Amino acid sequence: MQITIQDIEQIALTAQLELTAEEKERQLEKFNKLFQDVEVLAQVDTSEIEPLAHVQSIKNVLREDLLQESLSQEKVLQNAPDQEEGMFKVPKII
Amino acid sequence: MNYEAVIGLEVHAELSTKSKIYCSCTTEFGGEPNTHCCPVCTGMPGTLPALNRKTVEYAIKAGLATNCTISPFTKQDRKNYFYPDLPKGYQISQYDLPLCKDGFVEIETENEKKRIRINRIHIEEDAGKLLHGEEDNNSYIDYNRTGVPLIEIVSEPDISSAREAKSYLEKLKAILQFINVSDCKMEEGSLRADVNISVRPKGSNHLGERTEMKNLNSFRSVYRAIESEIARQIHVIKSGGKINQETRRWDENKGESYPMRSKEDAQDYRYFPEPDLPPLIIKNELVERLKKELPELPDARKQRYVSEYGLPEYDAQVLTSSKELSDFFEETAKQSTNVKAVSNWIMGDMLRILNERNLEIVDIPFPPSYLVRLITLIDKGVINGSTAKNVFDLMFDTGKDPDNIVKEHGLEMLKDQSFLLEVIEKVIRDNPNSLDDYKKGQKKVIGFLVGQAMKATKGKADPQILNQILIKRLED
Repeated sequence: MQITIQDIEQIALTAQLELTAEEKERQLEKFNKLFQDVEVLAQVDTSEIEPLAHVQSIKNVLREDLLQESLSQEKVLQNAPDQEEGMFKVPKII
Repeated sequence: MNYEAVIGLEVHAELSTKSKIYCSCTTEFGGEPNTHCCPVCTGMPGTLPALNRKTVEYAIKAGLATNCTISPFTKQDRKNYFYPDLPKGYQISQYDLPLCKDGFVEIETENEKKRIRINRIHIEEDAGKLLHGEEDNNSYIDYNRTGVPLIEIVSEPDISSAREAKSYLEKLKAILQFINVSDCKMEEGSLRADVNISVRPKGSNHLGERTEMKNLNSFRSVYRAIESEIARQIHVIKSGGKINQETRRWDENKGESYPMRSKEDAQDYRYFPEPDLPPLIIKNELVERLKKELPELPDARKQRYVSEYGLPEYDAQVLTSSKELSDFFEETAKQSTNVKAVSNWIMGDMLRILNERNLEIVDIPFPPSYLVRLITLIDKGVINGSTAKNVFDLMFDTGKDPDNIVKEHGLEMLKDQSFLLEVIEKVIRDNPNSLDDYKKGQKKVIGFLVGQAMKATKGKADPQILNQILIKRLED
């Protein structure tokens, strides 16, 4: 399967990346290379294999419903580029 | 041409666990902004989620109570999207292996029971709350709600009207409250609905293009948004247009919806299995234990009210519409020998007063035993029906028991025959024409005169004795 520049543009859009024409070309090349590798994998017969849900064999890791102290508001906001009245302040997004 | 609507609901309910789904912060509503947060729920690099056992148990209970199959193997997935209500850049949800599948609930439509199928129930984390500046160009984020456990209940498109959608939502709410897994307070956002709507020519099997309506957080909004969208779609089609598959935002104040920009609607969530959380094997023993823990559900209670108490179907339906109401009724009925009266008082005056005073059941300032006592006072002839209504109002005002109120305000029924005769004589003197009218055969003056006499006694006269004396006097 070959992917196109339009596919690259769609992927960039959903990842919210702005790419130059040159970058798009480079990504197209990389993606197509990657797809070739995947196509090799796709030749393996997996009809007898359960889909993988997790790479490790651990299951049912659960914690009890207990409360612990939360961070202070000051700490929560410590890395915020901007804040006001205890809230994170970001460019308007509706 | 006649059209019919095809409607499906996605209902989100916050689970009433103590702590969040993946961390130990509180799920309590409100609080100062960003004070119920920790490195996990604010998505700090290097943190790992740990699933709350109660979330799984509550979701399974919800599944069992809605006749779902519980999946023996289930996992969580990442739903990727960029919106600052989720600090991680993704929401942990479930994609192809939801915890519960293929259930149904029954609703009452005008003339029959209707089964609304449930496609799935899955667990996920709630997002934070965004406030958008009115005057500035900023949005403000409070992450307290981020990570509160949710179940999303997805129905099949079996709903055909706004009314059915409302009944379905009310039924889900009652069930979730009865099994105690969510408080379902729509005004606090702990129960929310997205609605998918399409229309098609009546009787057609073909599904029309559908729109999705988000942001519905009251029963009224759900009802109005659906009515409005059905009308809009029919209008578009009749005027030769085409329905676009789009997400629309409902504006409750304006009573209309508008399409969200297509960018917001670019739904490519690129789900993949959540690598930070291992899958879950749900053992049969767990399901069986949770099944045993389920209390009597609203439908079963309703049937019991009909068979055990002999209540009409409609009364039983109203009384089981919420757990608090049903519990209040049950507590009162258990102590009373006149269950029909209990039902009438609760269905009538109590719901009216709660509505007028904007109160919830928990705000009622007196215990069920006081209502039992009030009914006993009527049955024993201590007070009459209209006085009882005043006493009931005073019970809501003061929280005092009815015996005290009756004593304090001197509200016992007046049964003294000579006193009541005096009252009647005065009423007849004041309305001399009525005696002539009666003699001319106009029997309805009796009602008028009784009313006047009642008024004169401030509603306290024994109506039976009053009637007897009056008729005797008129016949003389």
